Amino acid sequence: MITLNINAQEHVIDVDPKTPLLWAIRDHVGLTGTKFGCGIAQCGACTVYLNGAPIRSCVLPVQAAVDQEITTIEGINRGQPGVHPVQQAWIDEQVPQCGYCQSGQIMVAAALLEANPLPNDADIDLAMAGNICRCGTYPRIRKGIRRASLAINTLRTETTDGQKQSND
Amino acid sequence: MTKWTRRAFITTGVAAGGTVIFGVAIRRGNRSHKVAGLIGAADDTLFDVWLKISPDNTVTAIVPHAEMGQGIHTTLAMMLADELDADWSRVNIIEAPAHKEYANYALARGHTVGDIEFPGWLVDSVDGLFFRGAQAMAVQLTGGSTAVRTTGQIAMRVTGAAARTVLLQAAADAWQVPADEVFARKSMIYHANSGRRATFAQFAAAAAELPLPSKPSLKSSSAFKIMGTSPQRLDIPAKVDGSASFGIDARPPGMKYAAIKAAPVFGDRIRSVDTSLIQDMPGVRKAINLGNAVAVVADAYWQAKQALDRLVVEFDDSGNSRWEQSGIFKQFAADLDASAAANDEQVDLETGNTRKALAMADRIIDAEYRVPYLAHATMEPMNCTAWVHGGECELWLGSQNPLGVAKDAGKAIGIDPDNVTVHNQFLGGGFGRRGFSDFAVQAARIAADVHYPVKLVWSREEDIRHDHYRQACISRFRAGLNAEGYPTAWHNHYVNKRNPEEAPHIPYGIDNQRIVHTESRTHVPWGYWRSVDHSLHAFFTESFIDEMAVAARRDPYEYRRELLADAPRFRAVLDLAAEKAEWHGPLAKNHGRGIALHRSFGTTVAQVVEVEVKDGTARVRRVICAVDAGFAIHPDGLAAQMESGIAYGLTAALYGEISIQKGAVAESNFDDYPMLRMDAAPTVETHIINGGESLGGAGEAGTPPIGPALANAIFDATGMRIRELPIRHHEPVQTERSE
Repeated sequence: MITLNINAQEHVIDVDPKTPLLWAIRDHVGLTGTKFGCGIAQCGACTVYLNGAPIRSCVLPVQAAVDQEITTIEGINRGQPGVHPVQQAWIDEQVPQCGYCQSGQIMVAAALLEANPLPNDADIDLAMAGNICRCGTYPRIRKGIRRASLAINTLRTETTDGQKQSND
Repeated sequence: MTKWTRRAFITTGVAAGGTVIFGVAIRRGNRSHKVAGLIGAADDTLFDVWLKISPDNTVTAIVPHAEMGQGIHTTLAMMLADELDADWSRVNIIEAPAHKEYANYALARGHTVGDIEFPGWLVDSVDGLFFRGAQAMAVQLTGGSTAVRTTGQIAMRVTGAAARTVLLQAAADAWQVPADEVFARKSMIYHANSGRRATFAQFAAAAAELPLPSKPSLKSSSAFKIMGTSPQRLDIPAKVDGSASFGIDARPPGMKYAAIKAAPVFGDRIRSVDTSLIQDMPGVRKAINLGNAVAVVADAYWQAKQALDRLVVEFDDSGNSRWEQSGIFKQFAADLDASAAANDEQVDLETGNTRKALAMADRIIDAEYRVPYLAHATMEPMNCTAWVHGGECELWLGSQNPLGVAKDAGKAIGIDPDNVTVHNQFLGGGFGRRGFSDFAVQAARIAADVHYPVKLVWSREEDIRHDHYRQACISRFRAGLNAEGYPTAWHNHYVNKRNPEEAPHIPYGIDNQRIVHTESRTHVPWGYWRSVDHSLHAFFTESFIDEMAVAARRDPYEYRRELLADAPRFRAVLDLAAEKAEWHGPLAKNHGRGIALHRSFGTTVAQVVEVEVKDGTARVRRVICAVDAGFAIHPDGLAAQMESGIAYGLTAALYGEISIQKGAVAESNFDDYPMLRMDAAPTVETHIINGGESLGGAGEAGTPPIGPALANAIFDATGMRIRELPIRHHEPVQTERSE
């Protein structure tokens, strides 16, 4: 038996410790938003966070994720109401087509903005180059990231202003 | 021969059970009566089989096409809702169950072809017609860019308009006012003089008792309220939070998992399977020999996959291991030579006297092009969940052809296709690949061997190596130019014609044309691949016309333009792309510009590529795309399809190559079959012309022009002519610009 902490919930599953985390999440825990695309860390469809950092769950043995904080697309908003700013930007820009790769794209985009709230085009290219989209939504993903960046920074500015005011 | 009439499909309202139903197609006792139970609740009113109006006044469009990212559910519902004058904010969409009454042939027989006779074999047949047939009458499939053009125009708009007509009539009857004084707006019915108003739902049941007009008057485009706008797609929210259910996400209770490995060489059979090494592996239940593939069933997918890798499998050589990629191209070239020498080519198109015109030409230009095989590589690898129980079979998958799946899977396990239920899910990419049912047949056969549901998931390696491939091809050209550099003759000879018929045709005014082909078959399975034959012929013809322009010392855009004097619709699209790209504007150092124009599936597309060539590598910076699909029902959706088609075609042009070694596919995954990624993706600007002619398709037409536009841009930047794809095999090296 292995205990996984996924989206702040504990799951006890009976799984071979060498099983890639992807299959533990999908088949044993039953969270299917994380997708299988290649099995060799080439496409990014299986991206989840391990302690906040995006990793390719298709090549990480589940035993390496024990006692770590795992976050999947289902938990990306960390219990906040509504949707994550990146998810909202994806709706506003009408980014997804088939949608299969988009969980992974959103996970990586959100991690990029967490680390770098004002990415330039080169930053976006670098961060997103590990995720394949066969529908070619790349131009809209770029727009989505810019829109989410704006939303996040506006929110932060408002929050900061609010704090300043309350400090005053 | 079976004779169908329009009357048989559209008239007669009948009440059955608690549901008010409309249309012969769902009459009680009719075999398709069960459709009603699949889509209707007790108080719903069904109009025909495409529309229901619920007591809370919501309108539901029942869409018989698979959603694979093209936004088709939303677009088709818009067409219905607009003609109905429904309130878009209260329109729902459900995908039609895989059922014969939703087959496109039913539409065709009901509305388009009217009383013409169909061969009986067509009615229940899926094979042999597929995409081409779908344009006229085939089945409930999604492909060939047909959904908007056939289902949308024929079923959705007509049903919406017919339903509005009877709703208004029912209200007018009840209010005892003339029918032409009542009107509909946003799912409400109004009579202005008396101030009366009612919801659609209030008169739905009464309306369903009236005969539906088979040819209601449709709106002109100036009266559209929903069509021509870009409402948000209804499938997107579920695609950003992980809740959208794709085929691979199906989880019927008690489900087990299967992994599979087919004989690497197409045509080979399994000779023996040694299971001794997997006997004691935990969770492993069974190895199943399917003849040309072996599967392992286990409690978890990873267990099945591990066990599969440990199986010792021997194959019987079908003789196909003799095939090598170089040999395939040698065969193509030899067959072209032999057939040209024997004068036995098959003629696609012949106008004027090409031989004579070539003999009289001032100048002859020759070129030979070739393209490799391509795999689809949908992001979601092939998969299907199957459960065989009580003489029935249930299948969960994403399919472009659910009725074909039911037929093929049923046949494979000896179950009547009527007892095969296909639960169609979102498709994680289709591109033509999910029009085939091979993986569903495998799943059904595995499930027939056990007593629980089984989810079969292909590895990416299996997906790349057992696709139905876009064909490899060699195409040869000879053109004759007169003293002014204008073409007088166009001769084209290529191997292996598939479809559509017109893929090698050109729009340019050249008096003498001869387009011929020679069959040169190989053992590699062929498949529909986004835009099918257009994907290769546009590269050939639009590269060659560029070569002719260069030979004539003319600007490639202006040269095309002059040859389109009698093709104004093409010319308008070409002009728009050139104008928006500032074709004659200055270019940065190391940059080049290329243009291409191609019409496919009724839609004309021109693209201008700006490329930067640096350190021996071509980088696509910007694509300007002009498109005329007649009328853009959902302009943002059309733009999205152009962006998508461009990325798909760019991937092929830059990187795409499936090669055969010892009869098998050498490539296996995204490391050796690379894809376009964010850091190589250009910006794309789409400009739409509503040319007003009959509607064209959106899903495929963006793909054909991008390869030649890029190759032409590389020529512009470097003077190097790309005649063989993919481009990554070439090192386009910057040369001094001539100006």
